[in-house]
Amino acid sequence: MSTVTTPVSITHGHTPAAKHTLSTFLSTYVFSKDHKVIGLQFLFSTLLWFLIGGLLALAVRWQVAWPWSDVPVVGKLFAQQGGQMSPEFYTMLFTMHATVMIFLVIIPILAGAFGNFLIPLMIGADDMAFPTLNMLSYWFMWPAFFAFGASFFVEGGAASSGWTSYPPLSTNVASAPGSGWGQTLWLLGLTFVGVSSMLGSVNYMTTIILMRAPGMTMFRLPMTIWAMFITAILQAFALPVLTAAGFMQLADRMFATGFFTPENNIVNNAVAGPGGGQPLLWQHLFWFYSHPAVYIMILPAMGMVSDILTCFARKPLFGYRPMVYSIAGIAGLGFIVWGHHMFMSGMNPALGITFMVSTMMIALPSAVKTFNWLGTVWGGRVQFTTSMLFALSFVSMFIIGGLSGIFMAATPVDIFIHDTYFIVAHFHYVLFAGTAMGVWAAIYFWFPKMFGRMMNESWGKAHFFLTFLFLNGTFFTMHILGAVGFPRRLADAYHYETFHHLQPMNAFMTYCAMGMVASQIIFAVNFFWSMFYGPVAGRNPWHANGLEWTAPSPPGHGNFDVQPVVYRGPYEYSVPGIESDHLMQTDPPNAIAAAAAAVH
Amino acid sequence: MNRLVGMFWGLLFLAVPVLGVATFAVAPSINVWLPKDVSAHGYQIDSLFYFILGLTGIVFIATEVLLFWFIWKYDAARGDHKAVYIHGSQTFELVWTIIPAATLLFLAIYQMNAWANVKMRRPDIPPTVEVVGRQFEWRLRYPGRDGMLGTADDIHLVNDLHLPVDEEVLVQLKSMDVLHSFFLPNLRIKQDAVPGMKIPVWFQATETGAFDIVCAELCGWGHYKMKGRVTFVSRPEFDRWLERKYAEQEATQPSIHAGGEIVAN
Repeated sequence: MSTVTTPVSITHGHTPAAKHTLSTFLSTYVFSKDHKVIGLQFLFSTLLWFLIGGLLALAVRWQVAWPWSDVPVVGKLFAQQGGQMSPEFYTMLFTMHATVMIFLVIIPILAGAFGNFLIPLMIGADDMAFPTLNMLSYWFMWPAFFAFGASFFVEGGAASSGWTSYPPLSTNVASAPGSGWGQTLWLLGLTFVGVSSMLGSVNYMTTIILMRAPGMTMFRLPMTIWAMFITAILQAFALPVLTAAGFMQLADRMFATGFFTPENNIVNNAVAGPGGGQPLLWQHLFWFYSHPAVYIMILPAMGMVSDILTCFARKPLFGYRPMVYSIAGIAGLGFIVWGHHMFMSGMNPALGITFMVSTMMIALPSAVKTFNWLGTVWGGRVQFTTSMLFALSFVSMFIIGGLSGIFMAATPVDIFIHDTYFIVAHFHYVLFAGTAMGVWAAIYFWFPKMFGRMMNESWGKAHFFLTFLFLNGTFFTMHILGAVGFPRRLADAYHYETFHHLQPMNAFMTYCAMGMVASQIIFAVNFFWSMFYGPVAGRNPWHANGLEWTAPSPPGHGNFDVQPVVYRGPYEYSVPGIESDHLMQTDPPNAIAAAAAAVH
Repeated sequence: MNRLVGMFWGLLFLAVPVLGVATFAVAPSINVWLPKDVSAHGYQIDSLFYFILGLTGIVFIATEVLLFWFIWKYDAARGDHKAVYIHGSQTFELVWTIIPAATLLFLAIYQMNAWANVKMRRPDIPPTVEVVGRQFEWRLRYPGRDGMLGTADDIHLVNDLHLPVDEEVLVQLKSMDVLHSFFLPNLRIKQDAVPGMKIPVWFQATETGAFDIVCAELCGWGHYKMKGRVTFVSRPEFDRWLERKYAEQEATQPSIHAGGEIVAN
């Protein structure tokens, strides 16, 4: 056994600074160019927005369950008419819930927080290729935070044309209260998020291609890195289209161009814009980015879960290369399926058939991944850590989210369930029950590396159990609501004969949603308590194989005290003939031979 | 003790397929299920829904039970076994690539005909009515006595759609302002209304009665109340109803034509 693998006591890389002047504080913790600090900045920012997005969701759920009833606690704050929410407010709520969760939580927590923190550590680099660019990628999030945050307080309120921002509702100021300044700020915020993502993705691609440690070939990379790499490519190729579309929409609004407004468009009794445009153009451009973006929102979680499953099953990843190829397949096919969001849009139905076939086929790499995860757990030696439970639940929940996608992909069925709660169930199973659970798995797994301390396992499991229970209570029932045709985005659907009997079920879901949000208190307490008082973690508390576990916890500036040299892939668990049940990527072959000889 | 913990987590994961299937099994009996279908084409959609439900149901149960079984059987607390050292299997990869690929491809080809029937094979009949979405109502325009849309004797109504039963009807769908979606849950019909486009929608009701028209595409703050009703009556009754509406319009406000001009083109 080499000395590197045995857990050693915590050694802070940075010597405690004798003089904590303001400038050293600023350069160390605020305008830091260290990828780990930037990663943690992303993590804290996105977790804060996660809380805001969750509270917005609760308010949405309140209105769906008990329309027009007084909102408890915060009702008096936002409503003039005494505690109830207005329908305008409701449309703003679900628009901003989705906006916050997608653009300020999921995308930046995966790429920004974990991408930043993990990429250099897992490939054996001392930092990112472009540290300044990296710092900027975080600081470009702040104009976005301000734009989205401020939009709640401008006249007319925040954007309220859905996170998809379909024109003419979004382009025409007269069409909705939130289509005033709120929508302009929304577009600006989106642009800044885009700049941030682009800076990040350029950096990730360069770093992964050029800065791998000696011996770290592409096919020795952990799945997390493969996923981050392919996600970065997706970002770089898809994002410009959204940015361009955003500017076109901004121009339609500010300079009276008519990209998305047709002739004779009469909104609120006034002729709108010069006309000559096409509302469907926006949908094509938007989904050309936003469909690849849904893979940007899941692939990194898939990668991290693959690494966590192998570690706690103490078993090599089943089908490493098929796993890599299926990520690449998802990314490639991801560019030619955007039209499945538009089956009902008025797009030529013949084109719908093309998109239906490509959409059906993109289910294949996801299926391959699922089977390989099952294969990884099979024959393992499963350790039920909190991280593992979240990773297992990712697999379990992703099966549901993946299978429900087939219903929508089937164009005839989509006629009925399009824009109903069936789709709401589907993407919450992928993004919350999938990605968010994967993110929790990753937080519990890499927390010791981030802060040098362990999180509390008992509280972690309580957090897992309650979240798992309540999320299924909230989201599984949405499938059968969707089967009734219950439409999304309605402030009150119970005046329809078809839907009037569904209130009790919605009330049940809202109770579950409240439980789900409340369960996160356990997580927050555990997170912050463990940061300061958790038991000190060694370098490798989980006996994992990756390079990040050879660095001190937390790693100092420059990451590694010894330049790592890689001899094998990251999944050499339970290798026969040696005593230890794992072989780190850096364990030199001669040391293993010696250890094996000692056993015999 | 550790083994009990492992069993507990195993059973939690077993609860996923058990409760999942139970939810779908109970849903129809508590009336949280597909609403009554009164269309001639709806069975194609519903049977496809059930077919996919069956197919995905089998995969769902199989994979979730396997996951449960693996974490139950390979719990580290069950003795001091070492994990199997295996990096994969080409045979397995081929099997679980080819079978799903074939199934998905079959599914894709299998459903094309239903889609073409509902959305592509437009019947060669004149539109019975023009439906125009407008924040937040459905404006309806029937051809008057001359049988043509866009003439002075058109009949203008709001939200109260009447159509003849047992015959194919063509609806010309438009929008005046923003996107809307013309959703008839009981007829398995949904089509976005797009400003600047005329989109044909066709269907045939098989039963008389009144059903909901729902707007299914966000159209502003009043989206939730953009509600209409479609009433299917026999052909003679429909003709009488239309005649009566024509007479009412002529008697009360012939000036409505001016408002109608905006939509005409």
